[in-house]
Amino acid sequence: MTAPASSEPVASADAPIAAPAKPTVWRKLFRSPSVVIGLAIVLVMVFIGLIAPLIATADPTAINPGARNRVPMATSTMRLDDGTRATVTHYMGTDTLGRDVFSRVVYGARVSIFIGIAVALLSISIGLVIGMIAGYIRWLDGIIMRIMDGLMAIPAILLAIAVVSLSRAGIVSVIIAIVVPEVPRVVRLVRSVVLSVREEPYVEAAVVSGTPTVKLVLRHILPNTVAPLIVQGTFICASAILVEAILSFLGIGIPPDIPTWGNIMAEGRQLFRIFPHNILYPGIFLALTVLAVNMLGDGLRDTLDPKMEKRG
Amino acid sequence: MSAPILDIRNLTVELPKGADRRNAVENVSFAVYPGEIVCVVGESGSGKSVSSHAVMGLLPKGQLKATEGEIMLEGEDVLQATSSRLRALRGTRMSMIFQEPMTALNPVVTCGEQIDEVLQIHTSLGASERKEKVLAVMESVRLPDPAKLFDAYPHQLSGGQRQRIMIAQALVLDPVLLIADEPTTALDVTTQAQILKLIAEMQERRGTGVLFITHDFGVVAEIAHRVVVMQRGRVVETGTAMEVLKNPQHPYTKMLINAVPTLTPPVREERTGELALETVKLCKVYGGGGFFQKKREVRAASDVEIRVRRGETLGIVGESGSGKSTVARCIARLIQPTSGGIVVSNIDIANLPERQLRPHRKHCQIVFQDPYRSLNPRRSVGASIIEGPMNFGMSEAAAIAKSRDLMNLVGLSPDALDRYPHQFSGGQRQRICIARALAMEPEILIADEAVSALDVSVQAQVLDLLDDVRKKFDLAVLFITHDLRVAAQICDRIAVMQNGVVVEHGKTAEIFAAPQHEYTRALFEAAPGRNFQFARVA
Repeated sequence: MTAPASSEPVASADAPIAAPAKPTVWRKLFRSPSVVIGLAIVLVMVFIGLIAPLIATADPTAINPGARNRVPMATSTMRLDDGTRATVTHYMGTDTLGRDVFSRVVYGARVSIFIGIAVALLSISIGLVIGMIAGYIRWLDGIIMRIMDGLMAIPAILLAIAVVSLSRAGIVSVIIAIVVPEVPRVVRLVRSVVLSVREEPYVEAAVVSGTPTVKLVLRHILPNTVAPLIVQGTFICASAILVEAILSFLGIGIPPDIPTWGNIMAEGRQLFRIFPHNILYPGIFLALTVLAVNMLGDGLRDTLDPKMEKRG
Repeated sequence: MSAPILDIRNLTVELPKGADRRNAVENVSFAVYPGEIVCVVGESGSGKSVSSHAVMGLLPKGQLKATEGEIMLEGEDVLQATSSRLRALRGTRMSMIFQEPMTALNPVVTCGEQIDEVLQIHTSLGASERKEKVLAVMESVRLPDPAKLFDAYPHQLSGGQRQRIMIAQALVLDPVLLIADEPTTALDVTTQAQILKLIAEMQERRGTGVLFITHDFGVVAEIAHRVVVMQRGRVVETGTAMEVLKNPQHPYTKMLINAVPTLTPPVREERTGELALETVKLCKVYGGGGFFQKKREVRAASDVEIRVRRGETLGIVGESGSGKSTVARCIARLIQPTSGGIVVSNIDIANLPERQLRPHRKHCQIVFQDPYRSLNPRRSVGASIIEGPMNFGMSEAAAIAKSRDLMNLVGLSPDALDRYPHQFSGGQRQRICIARALAMEPEILIADEAVSALDVSVQAQVLDLLDDVRKKFDLAVLFITHDLRVAAQICDRIAVMQNGVVVEHGKTAEIFAAPQHEYTRALFEAAPGRNFQFARVA
């Protein structure tokens, strides 16, 4: 080269200037009000589910014919297992069989949140594997994606009816019925991330330096899917909680003897005009939980999704 | 001389808190007189774009704010103008053309309508008068068949035609000031020459004052009347083009001008090392096949035959779409060639399946164009460098020791291995990429536009580094570039590609002295500032 660089010191030889400290992801997350509020409500719901046996005022499945259709805050006497009698305050009233709605709602949180989390984890792990394969192995892509298109055409409720009629109603059938239509959405997301990231020069550089395919995918491609998957996961969780409630309400989900929000509402349906509390309270819990999970998801998307972030 | 149409006085634009310096531009003063082209030159981050955006009132709200000074456009201070006054001024008194005409034009509105929009907003002409005026301005920017292009959408036009539409849109109302922000940087060199000619011609015919932002001294030499050199937000030198280019005063200007590679290749000795790479009738065809019907085929490379000896640098020169990158990616086996052979150390690797290919991967390494995307942002640079050697069984300790040596070799501190890519500048990252490639102890190094994204001073340093490592490791270097100046300086031999075919091939000095093929001649003709001898000052 004829151009002497001597007129300026080789800046590169010096230690590089550290970039101004960026706020960490956690900091950014906790600065977002929707993340904080959403997370707080979700945690409260999880906590309620966890300590359900402690705060429930009665056995959620115990039938008390003497205290049917009580309004909220009414009291009744119950015979306990050891034969003594106790007075119970029904914070949310009782249903047509005299079961304590408050205790049922509290226990119902367990089922709803469990199903939400289980569905989110299952559909993300299945979708991640299939999406990686579809995005990375080009000749399989067409085949896999057509199958996924087919799966997407199945409505969750019809599939649930089919699954339940083939086996038995229960948590597992409900989870399968919700996971199957969710998987293709995750597959599409993962595939699109893989397709764009595999063209990045740093991935090509890794290919050229002989990185084995599995290592390449795990090390260079997989981390890019984490943020969108966390966001997608929360939305799947919210919709799973909702779908479970719908299925139970329609009587094709969880068997009626297990208290879930959908079941409680289904029971309260006939007497809704006279005793709205049977639907009102589980409805509030359901709405609040789904709202909170969605808010959390929105907040996560705003902070984690690179498309939302301004270049800077 | 008459009064200036644009007079910037002591302009200071503040950067948001936490930036690397306080002001984006500081105390900048210069003027544009009617009928002259003023080039603002500087490297990235010099504040040249910020100054021009301030004139148009386009500073991003809430982030950049002009805190001091005034920008007088025909005696009116733009900084004090209300937003409705600014809207009235834009398009009528001043207008702007941008770097990337594809994104500057609305893809869903026809070209004619986009020019017409300016007239609709600023004039009360009737529809037929407007159309007449649009066709006239399209004619004047030398667009072929304006009546047809009036109804064309931007994607149906070539890059050069789109930039002509932009210029027509900017000039339709005869503004007194045209701001051109790197208008030719995204264009091929032959198109760039035409657009530069057009801008100079329009400016002369209409007497418009042009504020031309560029980083390329070749372009400056081609069209500038006066030059403003900026560095880190300050004007370091102003003067007529002749004064600044032939007799630069400020050390920064001298450095910039010295860093411009000359078009005269230095004398090079013949390389006689053993043959490291040979391609035999290499072809790559995209498309074809198709499930329901035969898709259109694109021959990205056809019958490419190149040979590179150890210790030799072969340049592949061509415009975008010439297939030069396709050849590089075939040789690195990032894509599989359709037919033909690639012989590396006596083995044809063109059709080896991935598993058998892996042992040969280490022979050939590649450095990419974009320094911001070639390193995994989530991994420390050390992890990136040791990945390759560890894939081939080197222990971690040995690989780290090696990467420390390599960091020294490429002029970076070994202690920086723990840092992440975003903590480095573009030039530093490109050094890291070279270190990563060298860690594999390759015989062939492919540099795919490796210096194109870098500022000219950094470019010179990275080119020096590439030449150093070639000598030190007796590398065969395949240097892909669109820049003839760079090719002249670093390449022993050159292959010129057009539409996937090597049209000319030979020693650099011979090709530069007497190009045979007409395309090669056209490329040389188009090189900006080719007839200009830059001052070489120590």
